[in-house]
Amino acid sequence: MDIFLQQIINGLVLGSIYALVALGYTMVYGILGLINFAHGEIVMIGAMISLAAIQAMTGFALPGPVIVLMGLLIAIPACMLLGYGIERVAYRPLRRAPRLAPLITAIGVSIVLQNIAMIIWGRQYIAFPPLLPEDTYTIAGASITLLQIFIFLLATAIMAGLIFLVQKTRLGRTMRATAQNPEVAGLMGVNVNNVISSTFIIGSALAAVAGLMVSAYYGLAHYYMGFLLGLKAFSAAVLGGIGNLGGAMLGGLLLGVIESLGAGYIGPLTGGVLGSHYQDVFAFFVLILVLIFRPSGLLGERTSERP
Amino acid sequence: MKLSGRLSLSLTAIILVLSGCKEPSLLKADEQLVKIGHAAPLTGTQAHIGKDNENGVRLAIEEANSAGITIGGKKIIFQLLSEDDQADPKNGTIVAHKLADAEINGMIGHLNSGTTIPASRVYHDAGIPQISPSATNPRYTQQGFKSAFRTMANDEQQGRLLGQFATKHLLAKRIAIIDDRTAYGQGLADEFEKSVKSNGGIIVAREFTTDKSTDFRAILTAIKGNQPDLLFFGGMDPQGGPLMRQVRSLGITAQFLSGDGLYTPEFIKLAGVSSEGAYSSLPGVPLEKMPNGLAFRDKYRAKYNRDIQLYAPFCYDAVNIMIEAMKRADSVKPEKYLPELVKTDYSGVTARIMFDERGDLKAGAITFYRVRNGKWEVAETLSSTPLQSSLTETQSDKKKPE
Amino acid sequence: MNDLLTHWRKFKREPYAVWLGFALIGFALVLLPFATDAAMGRSWVRILDHTLLYIMLALGLNIVVGFAGLLDLGYVAFFAVGAYLYALLASPQFGLHLPFWTLLPLGALVACMFGVLLGAPTLRLRGDYLAIVTLGFGEIIRIFLNNLNAPVNITNGPQGLNMIDPIMLGDFSFSRTQQILGITFSSVHNYYYLFLALTLLIIFISIRLENSRIGRAWVAIREDEVAAQAMGINTRNVKLLAFAMGASFGGVSGGLFAGFQGFVSPESFHLTESIMVLCMVVLGGMGHIPGVILGAVLLSVLPEALRYIGPLEEALFGRVIVDPSDLRLLILGLAMVLIMLLRPAGLWPSPVQRREFAHHDKS
Repeated sequence: MDIFLQQIINGLVLGSIYALVALGYTMVYGILGLINFAHGEIVMIGAMISLAAIQAMTGFALPGPVIVLMGLLIAIPACMLLGYGIERVAYRPLRRAPRLAPLITAIGVSIVLQNIAMIIWGRQYIAFPPLLPEDTYTIAGASITLLQIFIFLLATAIMAGLIFLVQKTRLGRTMRATAQNPEVAGLMGVNVNNVISSTFIIGSALAAVAGLMVSAYYGLAHYYMGFLLGLKAFSAAVLGGIGNLGGAMLGGLLLGVIESLGAGYIGPLTGGVLGSHYQDVFAFFVLILVLIFRPSGLLGERTSERP
Repeated sequence: MKLSGRLSLSLTAIILVLSGCKEPSLLKADEQLVKIGHAAPLTGTQAHIGKDNENGVRLAIEEANSAGITIGGKKIIFQLLSEDDQADPKNGTIVAHKLADAEINGMIGHLNSGTTIPASRVYHDAGIPQISPSATNPRYTQQGFKSAFRTMANDEQQGRLLGQFATKHLLAKRIAIIDDRTAYGQGLADEFEKSVKSNGGIIVAREFTTDKSTDFRAILTAIKGNQPDLLFFGGMDPQGGPLMRQVRSLGITAQFLSGDGLYTPEFIKLAGVSSEGAYSSLPGVPLEKMPNGLAFRDKYRAKYNRDIQLYAPFCYDAVNIMIEAMKRADSVKPEKYLPELVKTDYSGVTARIMFDERGDLKAGAITFYRVRNGKWEVAETLSSTPLQSSLTETQSDKKKPE
Repeated sequence: MNDLLTHWRKFKREPYAVWLGFALIGFALVLLPFATDAAMGRSWVRILDHTLLYIMLALGLNIVVGFAGLLDLGYVAFFAVGAYLYALLASPQFGLHLPFWTLLPLGALVACMFGVLLGAPTLRLRGDYLAIVTLGFGEIIRIFLNNLNAPVNITNGPQGLNMIDPIMLGDFSFSRTQQILGITFSSVHNYYYLFLALTLLIIFISIRLENSRIGRAWVAIREDEVAAQAMGINTRNVKLLAFAMGASFGGVSGGLFAGFQGFVSPESFHLTESIMVLCMVVLGGMGHIPGVILGAVLLSVLPEALRYIGPLEEALFGRVIVDPSDLRLLILGLAMVLIMLLRPAGLWPSPVQRREFAHHDKS
């Protein structure tokens, strides 16, 4: 039982990271109908920048969490700027081009970001300095660290804040209007370009938070870290219903738990035929199954295809 | 096609300009040029290790040149032709063709097993003897190529000793294994598993990850349920570091053992304090214990103004073995000195080197290291000679883990 | 200038000019390996061989992406299927040594089946979903190839398959140096002519397909799926056909790769290869066969050209500032972005595509 509980905890923490990244995908997709392939890379850049800032500050006699917080405060505006820039340079000129065009630039941007990061920060894995408390609690035989609890709570809080923003604020209303029909929203006096830019900026800020969280949790950062994370987060967003904020959270948590339980129990369940080497396959299988049987995801509404 | 032609023409021009300066000036009548090929990833992730290999080869060649060797009545001038294979099998064969075209007399390389194996066919077809200083995949020498040798213990030998070490020296009974599903990690883990079983150990779990993963909690939790005394990881330090960290954070107290992939300062940096007490192995005898090890280290440092990374001593030995064989055969022709290469018995800086019928080392030694106070320290050295595993105990060995 | 152009256009249409052009190109292609060998060494002939394999792959992907407008990010999976099929049936792994002439069509067929397998459930997805699903499919295939060594050893896992039989036609072994009419053909030359023949066949099929009913149906779907359906095109079947055709080209290329290299391992079939092939298609000109060939040639030669940047940097700045191999993917990514922004129809676009993109810009 303690093993099972431990797997659930593992899955929920992993899932909240997926969820946080999935929010970024889902917001952009909801408004533009575009898979922002580069989102995973923005997470990576966020991790790299905050880590570089943290490393520069470790010389000062500040308490660990303060240094980490300051690293985050540097990474967030940097990522916002990056997200804004990507949208302006790579996506906006192609808004009316054939569907294939922005997808291909998105892949291109993602490759470019990865390789620039590699040239700047090298190919080595960068270690996250031990600045955060590593207290471990034991619940019914399963262990959970302070950082894990914090990650879970932070992801939930951010999601709640985001739902408030979209449902209750003026910006949120314009976002929803743009998502439904950009032309009509424009006619109603919504500055569509500004709304799209703000979506990218908010998504990128979340990416920075996610980046720092991932690198603190695993104790490292690497130029390639955003790619697989981005793919899985995207799968989570599709699972929950892309374009739906609550869906992203649900999808993320579910995918995390599926992966943990899958990797932990697939060996015994299949009598050793399959094993944990198929861990990365689960996300893709879930994605394919959802897309075939319920393309709108768990919480998504059935919408007609937009041209 | 036209464009590629033009491009290639301009490229030839560049090559001619660049290689012009490397070509040794005109040879005298009593001199002969002997080309030694070398290939390793000189760019990319493993560039630092590839460069280290190249430096080892270059040091040996320059020493031979300044010593003035006469073979077949002619003074021999050795020339190094070094190529970048980018650790990519496809590039490995392209580079191999390039070197075979240049009619090299012998080949030192490649660094990775993945490039060495497909390239060995090219060298074999061209009749060029090849010594790999660092490819450890057993298959390299199992293809039946008489031209293929290596100066390092292969994964079979390393895995066997790792298994012996785990069961006989660390006294582990219940053993869990994780590998990263790369040719290296999986190969080593398989050999380790065999060895553990033949030494009476029990494999309680066999789990897998990838060489890009950072989250190992799911498989570690599953392993925890099996209560192992020892956890073995076949893989490299980028995964080993966070893995080690998560092992301890999940409250798994088993001992930790791995192969040469974790024997790096990077592992300790990534794992932090969790790395204390972890074991890893490295083929060969520790440099301080090698017959001429310290002398070699000083020479290397004086020449390149940096420390040896990993395999340079094995490259250095490989070149010298080749030159010795040429001397004994009194010929630099591959077909003439190849039979002598087989009969090698050479005391190099890494060990006394003899080849078996396949081209593998006859008695490859493996040294075990342990993290203590944030540094790798020698624990003990095992020799792969079966039956009489001559144990070289060291001082640090007395302090067994609590 | 304009005058010259119109003259040229008129001349181009003359039948004898067309045949003359073909003859010249054919002559050049036959002589190319010997000229390359003499000028730049045998390793460049090997690069030519690889280039031909990439041309086949790019032409296969072009059917899916260029003609039918379906973004496939897992194309390398079909290359892998072809390569592994050849490797499994012509190596000591199972002790099977089937002849090349059965393996090649078999490779095409099995890859084709995989194409249908992937296409059938996913083709009703919209473009961007399809891209992600195909990407996932590519990874799944690679993960399975990497792991199918236990409990039953099929693919030999990460160790890869070695000692694959070289390609043989009857008693003629392509991997041996052969004497024909007093001319010495080394292994890379033999393979060059074999690959060239198959590349020409694939080009021929591509051209015939492009101008056929099916080809026009693909273009119709690419332009407007709803309209195409309204015109009575069975979009599902026609799209499936695109997947199957593209996949079979990949399978052929994969089988040739396995026989040529003599060694396959899962690391040769990473996502970056899919992206590389996609970039060839995009760079050259989606849907335009000569453009795609140009893209494949350019990007196959790129890594070789980059080798000379290192020494160049050293000569200019005294040290290597940026590792040349690090630049390869950066250039690829930049090329994809810039092409889409500035020249969406590719470096050498087809007249139709150019018109179409121009039209989109105006709307």
